[in-house]
Amino acid sequence: MNETLEKRHMGLRASRAISNTIIYVILIVMSVIWLFPFVCIVLQSFRVESTWQVGYVIPQKWGWDNYVALWNSDFKRWYLNTFVIALVVAALQTVIVLCMSYTLSRFRFKMRAGLMRFMLILGMFPGMLTMIILYRVLKDLGLTQANAVPGLILVYVASSGMGYYVSKGFFDTLPKSLDEAARVDGATRAQVLTKIILPLAKPIVIYTILTAFMGPWGDFVFARYVSFGTSAGMNVAVGMWNWLTPDMINQRYTMFCAGGVIVAIPVAILFMCLQKYYVEGVTGGAVKG
Amino acid sequence: MKKYSDLEFLRLSKSEKFFYKLASFFTSIPRAVARFFVGIWNFIVKKIFGTIASEIADVFLTFKNGDWKTRGSYLVMGLGLIARGQVLRGLLFLLFEIVFIFYMITTGGYWMSMLGTLGRVGPHEEYNEILDAYTTVYGDNSFKILLYGVLTIFFIVAFIYTWRLNIKQSKIAQEYEEHGRKLKSGRDDLRALVDEQFYKTLLALPLLGILIFTVMPIVFMILVAFTNYDGTHDGFNNALFTWVGWKNFGTMLSWEGGGNVYSAAFGEVLTWTLIWAFFATFTNYFLGMFVAMMINKKGIRFKKGWRTILVLTIAIPQFISLLYVSKMFAKNGIINGLLLNWGWIDQAIDFWGSTAHNALLPRIMVIVVNIWIGIPYLMLIATGILMNIPADLYESSRIDGANAWQQYTKITLPYMLFITGPYLLTSFTGNMNNFNVIYLLTGGAPVNPAASSAAGSVGYTDLLITWLFKITTGAGAQYYMASVIGILVFVVIAVISLIVYNVLPSIKNEEDFQ
Repeated sequence: MNETLEKRHMGLRASRAISNTIIYVILIVMSVIWLFPFVCIVLQSFRVESTWQVGYVIPQKWGWDNYVALWNSDFKRWYLNTFVIALVVAALQTVIVLCMSYTLSRFRFKMRAGLMRFMLILGMFPGMLTMIILYRVLKDLGLTQANAVPGLILVYVASSGMGYYVSKGFFDTLPKSLDEAARVDGATRAQVLTKIILPLAKPIVIYTILTAFMGPWGDFVFARYVSFGTSAGMNVAVGMWNWLTPDMINQRYTMFCAGGVIVAIPVAILFMCLQKYYVEGVTGGAVKG
Repeated sequence: MKKYSDLEFLRLSKSEKFFYKLASFFTSIPRAVARFFVGIWNFIVKKIFGTIASEIADVFLTFKNGDWKTRGSYLVMGLGLIARGQVLRGLLFLLFEIVFIFYMITTGGYWMSMLGTLGRVGPHEEYNEILDAYTTVYGDNSFKILLYGVLTIFFIVAFIYTWRLNIKQSKIAQEYEEHGRKLKSGRDDLRALVDEQFYKTLLALPLLGILIFTVMPIVFMILVAFTNYDGTHDGFNNALFTWVGWKNFGTMLSWEGGGNVYSAAFGEVLTWTLIWAFFATFTNYFLGMFVAMMINKKGIRFKKGWRTILVLTIAIPQFISLLYVSKMFAKNGIINGLLLNWGWIDQAIDFWGSTAHNALLPRIMVIVVNIWIGIPYLMLIATGILMNIPADLYESSRIDGANAWQQYTKITLPYMLFITGPYLLTSFTGNMNNFNVIYLLTGGAPVNPAASSAAGSVGYTDLLITWLFKITTGAGAQYYMASVIGILVFVVIAVISLIVYNVLPSIKNEEDFQ
């Protein structure tokens, strides 16, 4: 009896070892696939023997030439533009999103349900549709081309109230009795928000700041519209996209790689540091719908 | 279709149950759609007309019962409030009225009068005596007329609403006075804005932004679909544009002239958009869940390390990773170079295709690269949810002799689907509008000869959203067609959402999920 149990135990252990090995193999293969492009882009950024695409990964001659060329190009300006946009948007968008989500989570007013349904319907229109007119409006305000930075900030921030879902889901999980206890003690609604709720909302505040900060680094379509060929008003995505067009790619490919590294490193480091909050936000958002 | 009672349903075999559910799903779609339209009809007739009628009745009644202060508010907004001591509110009403009247007289009237035609005088040649030559003189600006016309209509609606509010408040103030109750002072009002009515303070700025930068542009673009606004009718520099009614919808859906150029292109693109959204959503969903389960499995080490590696694709801006990957798979890119060097192939593979012959490969490629981008998100989401599944469910199922596959289909999958149902829907509609992946990878290529005679040279990997974008660029930009496509995208997404919302829950309840 004991012997058979032992055997079964051994069998279980063996089968677990086999399945774990298979999983390790799969995970290692996946890691290679996931890392390969990023390793390539880093290695290619140090390649100096040619500036076009080549069919090998390891450079034949190494050097900082591409980074020096970046420093001497408009890249600096694009980087600064993007950085300023990202910082300002992160600050303002967070305020707007928190106002919106806190209100919709905590207050019960007459238009609430209608407002949420209305925004759900608005969200079904492709955002791209509104670009044409927003561009013309910004142009009338003089906020395009070289002045694209304030224009982009305005548009990003102004429509950010629509993205309240994730943080509303978070506020819904904070017990209402907290608010009520403070109200009984004589706090106004505004004090409840600033003194009680905000300190508890740290994870979602960080999540909102993080996503708001990362957004502008990737925006490409609208930024291209607004800068409209003027280098001084471009962000990194628009400027570097131009480097990979067919007539530029042979001179700029390795510079693109170097630029990609410079853009990705700070954003990726920030993301990795705040990963915990991002995961909380994303998971919460998916569960609440 | 035959409807079974509960008892009959339980007696069916497994496959019969499945087909019965499937059939009842599809037969209930028309009913759901019908219910939706009945709902809209009821909403319009009962809610909107009912409300307007009762509001109008109340306006007359208030006038009949009002004293001179209340009646005066009909003409001079805020009069009733100021006369009864609510000075702050009253002055705000009055100020709004003055601004409104001033605006309407100075500019608003002009925009409104032009809205019917979108401008009368276009750019034309006129003799200039000083230069002694004909020069171009610019007339009206259709774009501005439409834009400010829409804004003026918003303003008028806001004015009517405020006017109505002013009457309502005058009536309340009068009633309070008659009953000898104390009215709220301006200070009370201000205090309420940080307390009872704090929501008004909080929402003011976000809603203003949404109104001006989302609602107004959408209304404008819906209206553009009924004009001939395009690169050659830009409304100011070369020609005015004007209303054309439903003509553009006719062209797109080919009930009006021009053959079926657009409807063929629309059919092609819509089909691919739906196929793409389906695969992009579900490949990511199941593979992401699978990866999360692998990493979560007992005995697997470096859990955090694996996750960190995968999450890199989220951390790095998509324009870098997607653009780079698209170049890696180019004909002279690294992948082809390596495969050639290793001797696995003798000539470069055209991953992104250039002709109709290899249209399938680019389509598969965008889905595969999308998996690379999308698995990490799903892995994060699934990890969070999987950890919440009570461990004793698995424990007891193992004692009952369930194997891993049974555990997956009976516990893990139903749990995941139940919790992430709404997420699946938003992710499906999000993928339908997934501009970045398509545009940065292929730009829509390769060109689809069956559809390319429509504007924007439609390609095999073009989604509706990238087609829309292509149409709006260049000198021949057909903004009205882009707008029609945008409206159709909305219709498709709304219909899908409605069906899922209306039909799925009823099916879900029948599920044996506990």
